[in-house]
Amino acid sequence: MLVPYPEAHDSNIGKRIVKDTRPVNLDLTSVKFPLPAITSILHRISGVAIFFGVAVLLYLLQLSLASEAGFEQVQEYFTNPLVKLVVWLLLCGLLYHLIAGVKHLIMDFGIGETKAGAKTGAIVTIALSVVAFAVAGVWIW
Amino acid sequence: MVTNATSFSRSGLTDWLVQRLSAVVLGAYMLCILGSFVVHPDMDYEQWRALFAADSMRIFSLLSLAALCAHAWIGMWTVGTDYLTSLQFGKGATSIRLAYQAICILLIAVYLIWGIRIFWGT
Ligand code: HEM
Repeated sequence: MLVPYPEAHDSNIGKRIVKDTRPVNLDLTSVKFPLPAITSILHRISGVAIFFGVAVLLYLLQLSLASEAGFEQVQEYFTNPLVKLVVWLLLCGLLYHLIAGVKHLIMDFGIGETKAGAKTGAIVTIALSVVAFAVAGVWIW
Repeated sequence: MVTNATSFSRSGLTDWLVQRLSAVVLGAYMLCILGSFVVHPDMDYEQWRALFAADSMRIFSLLSLAALCAHAWIGMWTVGTDYLTSLQFGKGATSIRLAYQAICILLIAVYLIWGIRIFWGT
């Protein structure tokens, strides 16, 4: 669950807000992490990652547009396996965030907002993403 | 109503909406760029430069840049306010969160100015 206003917690500092008799579950392997939860956290991770990745994209764009020599320099970069890997990972992040984002928007319209719908959406998101990653990989290599 | 001094629009509802509208703009821009690679796989420099020099594309690029700045601010803000709270950091949480937000806004400002130079300055 998102907690938009964490300040709300500040009043709880130093106070015991839970009963000591509550059950404690330390067996982390028993904590369920259903598919929709995984697609959701990946959407968040991809969002943060591409936020920093934009720097790489702007750099490459600026260089490629600056001059013919810059354009060739970028093409030269792309012969480097490490650059290919980084750009591919970045592309995967963008594609995933896009696909999961579109799913998110569809659900915001109230479509598929059931437990079963969420699972279907998650499966479709993962399936489309895997295909997109593969296509991006083939394109880069 | 709860308001917050650091959120993008001071309103969670407006932030929510801006996040979605900017997502649509960014998504369209991404598909446009990716599409241009599919349609013209072997662009040379002249074609590449001409693509970004067209007025329609300049407007679309700048619009997307603005969308990126708003989207990233709201998104990073949401992430920060989820994890950098007094629940995890106790009394120092507000300072930690402000420092994190300062770094985010700095990077966003750099992207904005840098992007304007790229899309409109050349
Ligand atoms: C290219 C630049 C983009 C960046 C840097 C970016 C970054 C982020 C970040 C950091 C978040 C916060 C994640 C969270 O709260 O869990 C987010 C949320 C979101 N993004 Fe993006 N994003 C980008 C593009 C897109 C695109 C193209 C879409 C397309 C559909 C999109 C859809 C969304 C949606 C719907 C949310 C809200 C998620 C929520 O409320 O939980 N984003 N984005």
